[in-house]
Amino acid sequence: MTVVQGQNERVMSRTIVAGPGGPPALEFSRAWDYAPAPESVPVEIAASYGHYIGGAFVPSSSGRTLASINPADETALSEVARGDAADVDAAVRAARQAQPAWAALPAKERGKYLFRIARRLQERAREFAILETKDNGKPIRESRDVDIPLAAAHFFYHAGWADKLAHAFPGATPKPVGVCGQIIPWNFPLLMAAWKLAPALACGNTCVLKPAETTPLTALRLAEVMEEVGLPAGVVNIVTGDGEAGAALVSHPGIDKIAFTGSTEVGKRIATEVAGTGKRLTLELGGKSPNIIFEDASLDQAVEGIVAGIYFNQGHVCCAGSRLFVQESVVEEVTERLKIRMRSLRVGDPLDKNTDIGAINSRAQLDTIERYLDLAKQEGLELCEPGASGGAALPDSGYWQRPCFFTGVQASHVVAREEVFGPVLSVMTFRTPEEAIQRANNTPYGLAAGVWTDKGSKIFEIAGRLKAGIVWLNTYNRFDPASPFGGYKESGFGREGGLHGLRSYVRL
Amino acid sequence: MSERLPVTKTYKLYINGAFPRTESGRSIKVVDGSGAVVTHTCHASRKDLRNAVEAARGAQPKWGGANAYLRGQILYRLAEMIEGKRDELASAIGVTGAVNADDAAREVEASADRLLAFAGWADKFSQVLGCHNPVTGPYYNFSVPEPTGVVGVIAPDETPLLGLVTLLAPVLCAGNAAVVLASEANPVPACVLAEALATSDLPAGVVNVLTGRRAELIEHFASHREIGAISAAGLDAETRRALELGAGENLKRVRVLGEDADLAVDAVHESAWAIEPFVEIKTIWHPVSA
Repeated sequence: MTVVQGQNERVMSRTIVAGPGGPPALEFSRAWDYAPAPESVPVEIAASYGHYIGGAFVPSSSGRTLASINPADETALSEVARGDAADVDAAVRAARQAQPAWAALPAKERGKYLFRIARRLQERAREFAILETKDNGKPIRESRDVDIPLAAAHFFYHAGWADKLAHAFPGATPKPVGVCGQIIPWNFPLLMAAWKLAPALACGNTCVLKPAETTPLTALRLAEVMEEVGLPAGVVNIVTGDGEAGAALVSHPGIDKIAFTGSTEVGKRIATEVAGTGKRLTLELGGKSPNIIFEDASLDQAVEGIVAGIYFNQGHVCCAGSRLFVQESVVEEVTERLKIRMRSLRVGDPLDKNTDIGAINSRAQLDTIERYLDLAKQEGLELCEPGASGGAALPDSGYWQRPCFFTGVQASHVVAREEVFGPVLSVMTFRTPEEAIQRANNTPYGLAAGVWTDKGSKIFEIAGRLKAGIVWLNTYNRFDPASPFGGYKESGFGREGGLHGLRSYVRL
Repeated sequence: MSERLPVTKTYKLYINGAFPRTESGRSIKVVDGSGAVVTHTCHASRKDLRNAVEAARGAQPKWGGANAYLRGQILYRLAEMIEGKRDELASAIGVTGAVNADDAAREVEASADRLLAFAGWADKFSQVLGCHNPVTGPYYNFSVPEPTGVVGVIAPDETPLLGLVTLLAPVLCAGNAAVVLASEANPVPACVLAEALATSDLPAGVVNVLTGRRAELIEHFASHREIGAISAAGLDAETRRALELGAGENLKRVRVLGEDADLAVDAVHESAWAIEPFVEIKTIWHPVSA
């Protein structure tokens, strides 16, 4: 085992503890006192925000508002407009009005706006990261290193496509779809907005974006960026609110295309709602993705992959590797190493730069997670919660769930079938590659999968036979604007990102 | 000596490489322009559809896993079989009296040529629809198209052979298995095509052909969970809505050619973008390091 170099010898020897049946492991938490490193830059948040419609911030026509809560301390960050059918109608009209001129712009000019947005996001990255962490509860390390840079990269990537669309569709003539209604979830608020808006705008469409009820603030700040860079009024409109606004958007006759990211249940409702209307639809839905560890994998790397797969972003990830399949011969070793690794994860203040696992996004989501934990216990499964943060207490207020897993899970258990959307892992075993493939595919979902083995020919055989839109080999939860994302089967249809993501926003 | 009485053909379903009658025992009369009965075709039931889907599901992995060059050769073989049956297919197209002999002959030729285009696409479309993705970071990342699985093909009433071949060829080219519902106005060309399918080296079950009532079967096509996608043409608004409604409940991929779709346009109907709705894009990441 590789030992961290450059540390004091005395401390090293004191902190090495025996790994059960495996190599020694380091227990830093017993050696040093924990020193928090909170992000201290203040970020301005207005007391209230309106919708962004036709280039102006406007209150909801009903005057109703919703509070956006900081899930780490349960305080209200701001009051945002609560949209209804009238607000959606105003936004769709603005988008409809703006669309012909936006599509008629020389493509390179359209691209320039997107380049500007990307640059402005980079300039204001720290502010966006802090705001995202406050509104969502995710660790600042992730909003700073993943969400915001990737959001900027998405705009930058798609900016360059604006004048090259003919090259993306050889033999065809791509044209804009028109006005796009886009509904996004709360797990990656700004990043999901970027995934939706960037390709739509590059292809000459205009948009009405509906951020999630619990995380509207970074989308509204993005509206400020749109204004700063001089994006023509009406090209991007943002209507905040809950399911009422979303439903109004889906059923609005002035919408040419719906793009939705969220649960499979709601995705199906949307699919039946738009049936027969001629509206186009792309859906990025739920998952119950398998992460398969073979005995010939590099186990330390695999354990890192398990952690990245299920505990990244509190497990609020549609492609989370929530079903772990470990080859029977190494299951004890893998779970022991996993426990040791989990003890070094820090749960707590999302603004602390050391935090690995922040706050659960909402009371409702914490209730959902707790319900699944109860169900699993009722089914006789044993919960393993190895005590993150060196066993330190969790904050008094806010919504928290320590990372955990269940062992001995069978395919019939509820936690192995349904999406928990939290830091909860189901550990299962297999004997042969054939069994692993068969069990991994035994789900109505098909979003992502992970495979860990150092044997090249085997890994590509397995990759080819997994029914999943993204297959991570010896890695997990990697994202890039150039890499298409989206699922098979009930995980939805259409891709976002990469060349393939453009297809959702053009008519051929 | 009396004139010889011809041996007339009985048209049946085509399921899993065999020609069974519908389990329902029902039939549909086909009449010519004068109203005289030409033949009876099977009036397939929901149970026949299920049997066909089961056959398709069983056959798909081998077909989808066959190498692309082989799939291309088999599609080419199918074009050969159509060419060999051109007279029979042309008279099948003309059987209802709605199409004259010249148009029928041209439709057969166009159908063989269309199939030929997809025989050529079989080992190329992956290169057009797939790519390497230049991600930031030490990863090798690429996207490849994979077959969706079992695809329902709802043929239009008009141009009963060309309409069917136009929908079927890209589906097969991508490695999917198909369950076909023939033109309701004239199902006979589809029945003859089934004989070509049976002799083209296409493994049993890869294409299954049903004849019957669209209004009766469409909801079962839509709701069957083993059908991953539907390709349809010539649907009226109500039928289209019923299809999309049922498909929405299981998130089936649906592609419906609009009523304005001109099947004569090769640039549209022989393009890689005709294949694209019936593939799933799989993106694979692997770290790069020494």
